[in-house]
Amino acid sequence: MRLANRVVPFLLLAAAAMFVRAPFMIEAAPIESTMGVIQKIFYFHVPSAAASFLGAFVCGIASAIYLWRRSRTADHLAVSGAELAVVFGLIVLVTGPLWARKAWGVWWQWDVRLTMTLVMWMIFVAYLLLRRFGGPGSEVLSAAVGVFGMALVPFIYVSVNYWRTIHPNTNVVRSLPPEMSEPFRWAMIAFMLLFAALLIVRTRLEAGRAALEEAYVSLED
Amino acid sequence: MRVLRAAWLIARKDLVVEARSRELAYTTLFFAVSCVLVFAFAFVREGRAIEDAAAGILWVTLAFSGTLALGRAFERERQADTLRALLLAPTERAAVYLGKLLGLLVLMLAVEAIIVPIVGLLFAAPIGRAPLLLGALVVTGTIGFAAVGTMFAAMLVRAHSRDVLLPMLLYPIAVPVIIAGVRGTAAIFAQEPNLEAAQAWLSMLVFFDAVFVTLALWTFGPVMSE
Amino acid sequence: MPVETSSDFDAVDVREASRHYGRRRALSRVSLTLRAGEIVGLFGPNGAGKSTLLGILSTLVRPSSGEVRYGARTASELGDALRGRIGVLGHDLFLYGDLSARENLEFFGALYGVPDLGARVQAALGEARLEDRANDRVASFSRGLRQRLALERALLHGPRLVLLDEPFTGLDDESAALLAARLRRLRDAGAIVLMATHDFDSAEGLVDRLICLRSGKARELTFAGERLRDRYRRALAEEWS
Repeated sequence: MRLANRVVPFLLLAAAAMFVRAPFMIEAAPIESTMGVIQKIFYFHVPSAAASFLGAFVCGIASAIYLWRRSRTADHLAVSGAELAVVFGLIVLVTGPLWARKAWGVWWQWDVRLTMTLVMWMIFVAYLLLRRFGGPGSEVLSAAVGVFGMALVPFIYVSVNYWRTIHPNTNVVRSLPPEMSEPFRWAMIAFMLLFAALLIVRTRLEAGRAALEEAYVSLED
Repeated sequence: MRVLRAAWLIARKDLVVEARSRELAYTTLFFAVSCVLVFAFAFVREGRAIEDAAAGILWVTLAFSGTLALGRAFERERQADTLRALLLAPTERAAVYLGKLLGLLVLMLAVEAIIVPIVGLLFAAPIGRAPLLLGALVVTGTIGFAAVGTMFAAMLVRAHSRDVLLPMLLYPIAVPVIIAGVRGTAAIFAQEPNLEAAQAWLSMLVFFDAVFVTLALWTFGPVMSE
Repeated sequence: MPVETSSDFDAVDVREASRHYGRRRALSRVSLTLRAGEIVGLFGPNGAGKSTLLGILSTLVRPSSGEVRYGARTASELGDALRGRIGVLGHDLFLYGDLSARENLEFFGALYGVPDLGARVQAALGEARLEDRANDRVASFSRGLRQRLALERALLHGPRLVLLDEPFTGLDDESAALLAARLRRLRDAGAIVLMATHDFDSAEGLVDRLICLRSGKARELTFAGERLRDRYRRALAEEWS
């Protein structure tokens, strides 16, 4: 954990530097022919989605570890993962409609992938609500929710390829021309750095909160 | 083998209790019928139901009445803390999950056996068009919903605000089941039925069931020990 | 009556077991050893942690720290079979109100794999003096009758470790005396009996050892020649380190 803590300032600096340069790169990128300038939201939208899914996976795996080994660190990691999944998911859910409105004329489409992304977001919101309002012992219960939530993510991917909709297919990323793939990769790395930094910081915060609880409890000893 | 036997004992106990009072069966059935009627009024225009409303109404009704049944079934285990007594039995804890799931499935499928024809009647929906496919959709969808629902309802037995928390946790995770169920059913009921699409949705439901029942069996033990 | 199996044990060792719920400390570094052939009384004010300790011993609750060993092994090492050696009389009795007395016993007996179930159930009904009400719904029983049935449910599979939460509640004098005799028979047959109770009168002359819980901490009390109630009051009046 301590090594992770020391890495945080570097992560944040690197992420900040990348985010400073990113808008220039995005501006320099060519405008997509069919959708216009609004398409550029994709440089933030897709990495946010990736970060959100990553958060969901971290939460799911950490929850599984917590369920079987009751490791406190795993529990802290799970909470951080869930919160990041929710925060980045919110970015996805806000930028998506902004893009959709300009590009296709509708704020929201009830296609399977959008619905499932919203659903996954709601599951992790439910995770956080359960921890808050479930009473004592809710760490274990929410761990089950985390595991189930993560298991749902593959279904989101299955549904994309199953159901051709107006939502761009995942394969579009591979076929990007270099002028677009460069800023895209840049933004992706920036988001991943930010994600890593936030994850470490939030986990440390959670560990601190738990230590405080421990202190309260041992006060009576 | 012992897990299955223990699960069977528990399921049988539930069914015996239910057969005596029939409280759950009647209340769930009545609630389901009311649901169908309420939605029917909401989606009726000029005396006829909007197209595709039947599929949606059917599955929403299943979800709502299923949640009700789940809540009541576990409320019974709360009364004399018998869920703890079940967890104290010397079998794998997954047997308790399986037993409760089986009991609940029998109840829900019995209710659905009545609701589906009612929906067919009220909405002139062609339930006889592909009865096996429709039946398979309903059964696998119910299994998926009940699999996740039983898990969460058991988890929440001793939590605060459990009545509100159960739907809050269950519905998001059950959404794939509802989507697949509605789309598949609508594909069967449509003016031009698309049975291949319905089969595709069916396979997704089967996959969902396999994944989530397995997941529940694995996690039930660790989750239920405080 | 206890059956010898590989998951059997003749002592239960609690080592520095603690349990907290959020900021509330329910048990604080409790250590004690229970041996076969003794009846241990567990006394303490409400909220002292008696139910939590029973929960941990029955494997339903995991300690936040510390461990419990049954014989030489922990619950996770012994696995599910351990629960077949433990019998619990819960505070809420663990009986299905919609089933009859006989059906309750048959259900739990089958679940515990009790051999010769029919005869055992009949014997249990006899011990509880419920033969004439065997086929009545438990929901129609008074608290005392349910208590007697719940005890038989807990003992049906011949457990080694018997955990009782307030076993004398609702029992009339005759039933209480019969229960005391039953517990003595269990003890003499080699069972480990731990009984949480407020009923000093019934416990008088029954318990071999006395453990007192207060605010999650445990102390064993010697009580030679003194009435249990007096000894308990004296302990509560003292400062506990």
